[in-house]
Amino acid sequence: MAHSGINVLFAGQNFSRLLGGLWISAKISIVALVIGILLGVLLGALRTVKNPLLRTILRLYLEFFRIVPTVVLLFLFYYILPKNFNVNLNAQAVAMLVFALWVAAEMSDIVRGALISVPQHQKEAGLAIGLNGPQLYRYVLLPQAVGLMIPATINLMTRVIKTTSLLLLISVMDVVNIGQQIIEANRQQYPDGAFWIYGLIFILYFLLCYPLSAWARRLEQRQNNNA
Amino acid sequence: MSWTVIQQIIPVFVQAFWLTLKLSFYGIIGAIIVGMIASFLRYFKVPVLRQISAVYTEVSRNTPLLIQLFFIYYAFPEIGIKISASAAGISGLIFLGGSYMAEAIYGGLNGVAKIQVESGLAIGLSRGQLARYVVFPQGLTLSIPAIAANVIFLIKETSIFTVIAIPELTNTALDQIGLYYHTDESLFVLVIAYAIILIPLSIVLTWLERRTRRGAFGN
Repeated sequence: MAHSGINVLFAGQNFSRLLGGLWISAKISIVALVIGILLGVLLGALRTVKNPLLRTILRLYLEFFRIVPTVVLLFLFYYILPKNFNVNLNAQAVAMLVFALWVAAEMSDIVRGALISVPQHQKEAGLAIGLNGPQLYRYVLLPQAVGLMIPATINLMTRVIKTTSLLLLISVMDVVNIGQQIIEANRQQYPDGAFWIYGLIFILYFLLCYPLSAWARRLEQRQNNNA
Repeated sequence: MSWTVIQQIIPVFVQAFWLTLKLSFYGIIGAIIVGMIASFLRYFKVPVLRQISAVYTEVSRNTPLLIQLFFIYYAFPEIGIKISASAAGISGLIFLGGSYMAEAIYGGLNGVAKIQVESGLAIGLSRGQLARYVVFPQGLTLSIPAIAANVIFLIKETSIFTVIAIPELTNTALDQIGLYYHTDESLFVLVIAYAIILIPLSIVLTWLERRTRRGAFGN
């Protein structure tokens, strides 16, 4: 026990390996957020269209992704796609797919909420000057709704980042998984490695999420003051 | 997917179902207590303690439950604090949920119309009376939908308990898959089990939201 535990963070390539793992999580979050937000805006706009069948389907889609815990969603896709549909994706691709679909579901609700809170007269004014449906969304409703969507979208981002910690359950080599490997490999030399490694990962997640949630809160406050 | 297998595995899942409910129950009760304390400290601007509760809220909200659990369950023993997996799970849920509940309750207290507080002061209520007769009854009612939404969120988070080997629903499903290859059946029963818990709650939540919106005070 001549070693102080904190050195486990910097021994060998441990630190850069952990950051590498964090990058995998970040990459999955970014891909999922980009695809999910785009799809979510489309689905959210469709949910404001007056078509009962379409609305019901999209509502069921949202409720499914809301009710089933994300861990379970990951397992559903991870086990069922290859077994029953013969689709063999690697774990990272499964994670991106699940997260993108989940983000799209949550995003559709944010977009719908923002769209229906644009004042009715804006919509009527748009129709009165002869805009058609897509033009109405493109030039009148979406630009005004974007401001309302931003705080909730940033909060969704922090949720996605936090949820990437679950990736180790489908054996993605994320920061938590690599952290566990380092703890196991250094069990002899650094028996208290878990404290430092998990402590570092804890701080890393905090450093990623805190600025985003602080930003979201500031935007929300500004909107409340303007209201 | 085979129905015989489903019948076979149902008893294990029933056990896991009750365990999930039990752990959620303790976690949620604890979270509400912590949330109340943290939000009162903030609302009544208690010096020092208010800052501590603000730091706690930020740390708890901006880190994932999985890491919180790992820290409680694997890192704490190394500095001499040893607790069982269930206790670690419940503590983790309280640590995470406390800050979400605090935000919900604070939001409610803050949503009490200013005119209500001023009227209370005008008829000569003390700070304690103001809290007891004006702010709490209205504020806590306003915060109920947000608390209910957090209840649903926290129950879903118990699925993460699987990483510290608590035999709740998700862990049971993974066991069934790992040991017997009952993949489709286990995942099917798992989703149904969560649906049984969460669909009624989400219906109650929608109803509560509608009721509190209608039950606005004094306007």
